[in-house]
Amino acid sequence: MSIFSTKKSWINLTIWVLIIAFIIAAPSLLPVFRLNLLGRYLSLAIVALGVDLIWGFTGMLSLGQGIFFALGGYCAAMFLQLNSAGEFPNGIPEFFGLYGVEKLPFFWEPFKSSIFTLISIWLLPAIIAGLLGYLVFRNRIKGVYFSILTQAALLVFFNFFNGQQKLINGTNGLKTDVTQLFGQMVGSEIMQRWFFWISAVLVILAWFFARWIVRDRFGNVLIGIRDDEARVRFTGYNPVIFKTIIFSIAGGLAGISGALYTVQSGIVSPQFMTVPFSIEMVIWVAVGGRGTLLGAILGAVLINYAKSLVSEALPASWMFIQGGLFILVVTALPEGVLGWIRKDGPKKLLFLIGINKKLETYPSLEVNEQGEVKS
Amino acid sequence: MQLIFESLFNGVAIGSVLLVAALGLAIVFGLMGVINLAHGELMMLGAYSTYITQLIFKQVSFLKPFYDSYVIVAIGIAFLVSGTVGILLERTVIRRLYGSPLETLLATWGVSLILQQFVRSVPLAYGSGLVITLFFGLFAPLFISDDLLQGAKGKLIRASTWGFSALLGVATGGILSSLVSKLSRASARNVDVTAPSWMRGGIDFVGITFPKTRLLIILITLISVLVVIFFLDKTAWGMRIRAVTQNRSMSDCLGISTETVDIITFGIGSGLAGVAGVAVSLLGSVGPNVGGNYIVGCFMVVVLGGVGNLLGTILASFSIGIMTDLIGAGRLLTIWPEMPSPLYSTIDFFATTSMARVMIFALIVIFLQFRPTGMFPQKGRMVES
Amino acid sequence: MKLSKRIFAGLATASLAVTVTACGGSDSSGNFDDTVTVGILHSLSGTMAISESTLVDTEKMAIEEINAAGGVTVDGKSYKIEYIVEDGASDWPTFAEKSKKLIDQDGVPVVFGGWTSASRKAMLPVYESKDAFLYYPIQYEAQECSNNIFYTGATPNQQSEPATDFMYKRSPAAGGDFFLVGSDYVFPRTSNTITKAQVKQLGGKVVGEDYLPLGNTEVAPIISKIKVALPDGGIIINTLNGDQNVAFFKQIQDAGITPSNGYYVMNYSIAEEEISTIGPEFLEGHYGAWNYMMSIDTPASKKFAKSFKKRWGNDRVVADPQESAYNMVYLWKQAVEDAGTFDDNAVREALVGQTFDAPQGPVEVMPNHHLSQTVRIGEINSEGGFTILEETGVVEPQAWNQKHPSSKGFACDWTDPKKGEKYRL
Repeated sequence: MSIFSTKKSWINLTIWVLIIAFIIAAPSLLPVFRLNLLGRYLSLAIVALGVDLIWGFTGMLSLGQGIFFALGGYCAAMFLQLNSAGEFPNGIPEFFGLYGVEKLPFFWEPFKSSIFTLISIWLLPAIIAGLLGYLVFRNRIKGVYFSILTQAALLVFFNFFNGQQKLINGTNGLKTDVTQLFGQMVGSEIMQRWFFWISAVLVILAWFFARWIVRDRFGNVLIGIRDDEARVRFTGYNPVIFKTIIFSIAGGLAGISGALYTVQSGIVSPQFMTVPFSIEMVIWVAVGGRGTLLGAILGAVLINYAKSLVSEALPASWMFIQGGLFILVVTALPEGVLGWIRKDGPKKLLFLIGINKKLETYPSLEVNEQGEVKS
Repeated sequence: MQLIFESLFNGVAIGSVLLVAALGLAIVFGLMGVINLAHGELMMLGAYSTYITQLIFKQVSFLKPFYDSYVIVAIGIAFLVSGTVGILLERTVIRRLYGSPLETLLATWGVSLILQQFVRSVPLAYGSGLVITLFFGLFAPLFISDDLLQGAKGKLIRASTWGFSALLGVATGGILSSLVSKLSRASARNVDVTAPSWMRGGIDFVGITFPKTRLLIILITLISVLVVIFFLDKTAWGMRIRAVTQNRSMSDCLGISTETVDIITFGIGSGLAGVAGVAVSLLGSVGPNVGGNYIVGCFMVVVLGGVGNLLGTILASFSIGIMTDLIGAGRLLTIWPEMPSPLYSTIDFFATTSMARVMIFALIVIFLQFRPTGMFPQKGRMVES
Repeated sequence: MKLSKRIFAGLATASLAVTVTACGGSDSSGNFDDTVTVGILHSLSGTMAISESTLVDTEKMAIEEINAAGGVTVDGKSYKIEYIVEDGASDWPTFAEKSKKLIDQDGVPVVFGGWTSASRKAMLPVYESKDAFLYYPIQYEAQECSNNIFYTGATPNQQSEPATDFMYKRSPAAGGDFFLVGSDYVFPRTSNTITKAQVKQLGGKVVGEDYLPLGNTEVAPIISKIKVALPDGGIIINTLNGDQNVAFFKQIQDAGITPSNGYYVMNYSIAEEEISTIGPEFLEGHYGAWNYMMSIDTPASKKFAKSFKKRWGNDRVVADPQESAYNMVYLWKQAVEDAGTFDDNAVREALVGQTFDAPQGPVEVMPNHHLSQTVRIGEINSEGGFTILEETGVVEPQAWNQKHPSSKGFACDWTDPKKGEKYRL
């Protein structure tokens, strides 16, 4: 099957061309502030890809991706803080002084190394996700149970990070804007431009990676688990392994995303682990189209852009809009915008408002709500 | 001895708040497999109902002599308000998503966002008017004979009941906002429910002070649990609910209207959230986020207690409550001061309210390794499906 | 079925269209040569909106007053002040994001904003890396001194230190033991570190401390701890946040922790606004420490309260954070007029040494970008206000606290390039 043979591919191709053209043109079109926002949203698209992998493809709704997102951010921020801590008393980051800490906590030590940091940004969240996932999946905990357990885990991590002032600066979080990297201030315009490019490239790489995962047998097993886990098990596959692997991959993607987001927003704080933020990640995917990787990316970027525009104009109405989006997408657009377009949604819309005539076929079949033919 | 007794009381006090909050959630989860993320916001509506009731009792002259008993009235009102909103939620959103619990989770989260912003941006007087409209609009048709509701005439009658309810709602909103000025403006500010004087202070007994509000909450919880048990065990609808919980399709075949069972269960579950809201309003302030503070605790109760078993919910609530007090208040250290020092320092590390949560979650995850479906798992084949 | 589905979808879209009043510029007329737009950045949504919206109201009022009096005069030209209000959404990274927007996109010369320390800490690197200027109006834990922030709230030595001193020496519980309660974030933790050091110096004893996670209102374990640590009464220092206070005061009263039983609570985050929310019946007999209290009986204080009520409604109250917000707008105006330009660096230089006859009494901008202010200790009365018990003279701010072990012996001075952010005294 050639890539361009199906309609779906044409839609994909058009969107990709538009995205890449936009990314290339963006730095010259947009003011610094908007460019920085776009860079951040691109980094959020990476965590959305992870959510899509576990929810859209494997059917596990995690409400705790914020944990892994924040962990990645903390790894990056710890490195940056240490990297520019030389001028502070005791050679440790400034905030420690506030709490009378004089010795660097042990787990900060390895983050002095840039290589360790680059690895730990994705590996640490992946390991924690894998461990947490294994303990849960092993016991065949799934569905809603899994969702609320991940949410509780999120709250626990939030409490822990929020309360440990002496270890990681508690509520205040770690700031990165005024730290140094390659002799440049991280918050400076030139660095931010670089981060934008890195985010853009990594989103595309992450997309290829996710696509590579889901296109072969591995992906088929995931979809099998989503649709009927018991049958997958009876066929001789062990769903626990597949679920653990995909959950830990999603965790790793979240970590990368969190690190990129942190350096572009200038701070990582336990706020990344609040309940609403993690559920928002799911809605990006849901709006974009779950089970479609491109949809996850589009959803993350567009919804966040809309959010920042709406909150500038009408701060109080964003909650209504967001709430409405959740309900609307779930009830009326279960496949998301992209899924709707691919499934001839626009044509049906034309029928609805009466521009196009519906083709009558005979004999017509009565179809019930689930799309099954009534007998 | 006194120490243990006090600790036990504190644990029960914390646990009963959890229990009354989780009760409705657990019933709905048991029946429909649906987790209602807007449960906390239904609690919030209950808490606001208490506030409004209190204000009305304070402002309206003929109700003033009964001010001391407004809490009891508030329980009923809160039950009806949250129940009505819950039924509306079931009719409009949840029913559409039957069989896909994860989608329900997301949709109810959307509802919770809207409800939170609603109490911020809409004056409470008109909010109450809207609830009144919904209440009569939804329930009036039940009291009209079925014959009248048939055909074209029926449509007209239905429409006119809604029209009448809308008028009633607008009137209520107008009257409330002119009577009680505090309700006439929208405000994101937290408000305060003051317990009547007979409920304030504590009772001293064997050297321990028992706060009266805590005792009242334990009483409310106890009564709610007993009523729920009575309803489920002794009434016809209760039996139908249990039947549907055990086997939905078989019950359907036997002529039980599962749709009605869903409405009733969801209504009761939501109403109980309202009652929990009254309890919570007595302890802290009432604001748009009040429900969110309790909701994760409720989830933990449901996870730990297992599905479809009230005993599990009760035991889980109280064990979490007692654990919270034992760990969070550092009581283990007072009870056993000479424990080995590494253990001592570990427990000391967790002896704050925030770290106690971390510890309890870890314990629950460990517990789930041995009992993956909670304390009292449902038996039979349906667990797998 | 189909129809109802469509109606439902319609309803859902209708909910998208719900609009809420937007914010915009001020609209007093008059003859101005030009306009200048400033930024206001507080939470208008989320948990902090309750508190922070009062600051927006006050800042708007101050700007309107200035405009009504002829605006800002720079170089002989009169400028009308306009403002852009941005929403920090109670989310610290959003504060940083909106700061960038105000600076880069709107090009405002100054931003008035922030409430929580965490939001300030999130904004600080933005202002430092872009060399812009933030005016921050809340009493806070200090231990910070930025060249790009102007702090008009109290530092610990202008609030908690005199308060601790009062509690230990002159309150009804004088000489008693201390228990420290706070929300779990940086202000309570730092403030309590200072209090612990101070109590030790005074010869007293801190018998316990506990922190409630933000958003959690289950205070029963803390109450148990207090009863174990202070069986016969004592001093409780309370730095709980917002609505957690309601839960705390309701429940300690039920548990018998009341002034009549010898327990006295000193509060650092409860002002008139909070008293009316919690209910004076729960707070009567406890204490508070602030620079400004509504009950201050001076013409300036009365005028401030009166104009605020006139502008925003008769049931509104003014409190210390609002007074700080009010002062900072006026101080900015004075500094701009003295500098003769809106340029940050010139305004920053002109700012130090500015004096203003504030509602609390005279204040002066010190070289460390903080204000010298008066400290007052009040007892909460049944009318929901403070009965002022003590009043210090003007206290100079310490950006680096002299009781905190990490900052003892340090100070901050931005007028002398050799001293700067943190130098040894």
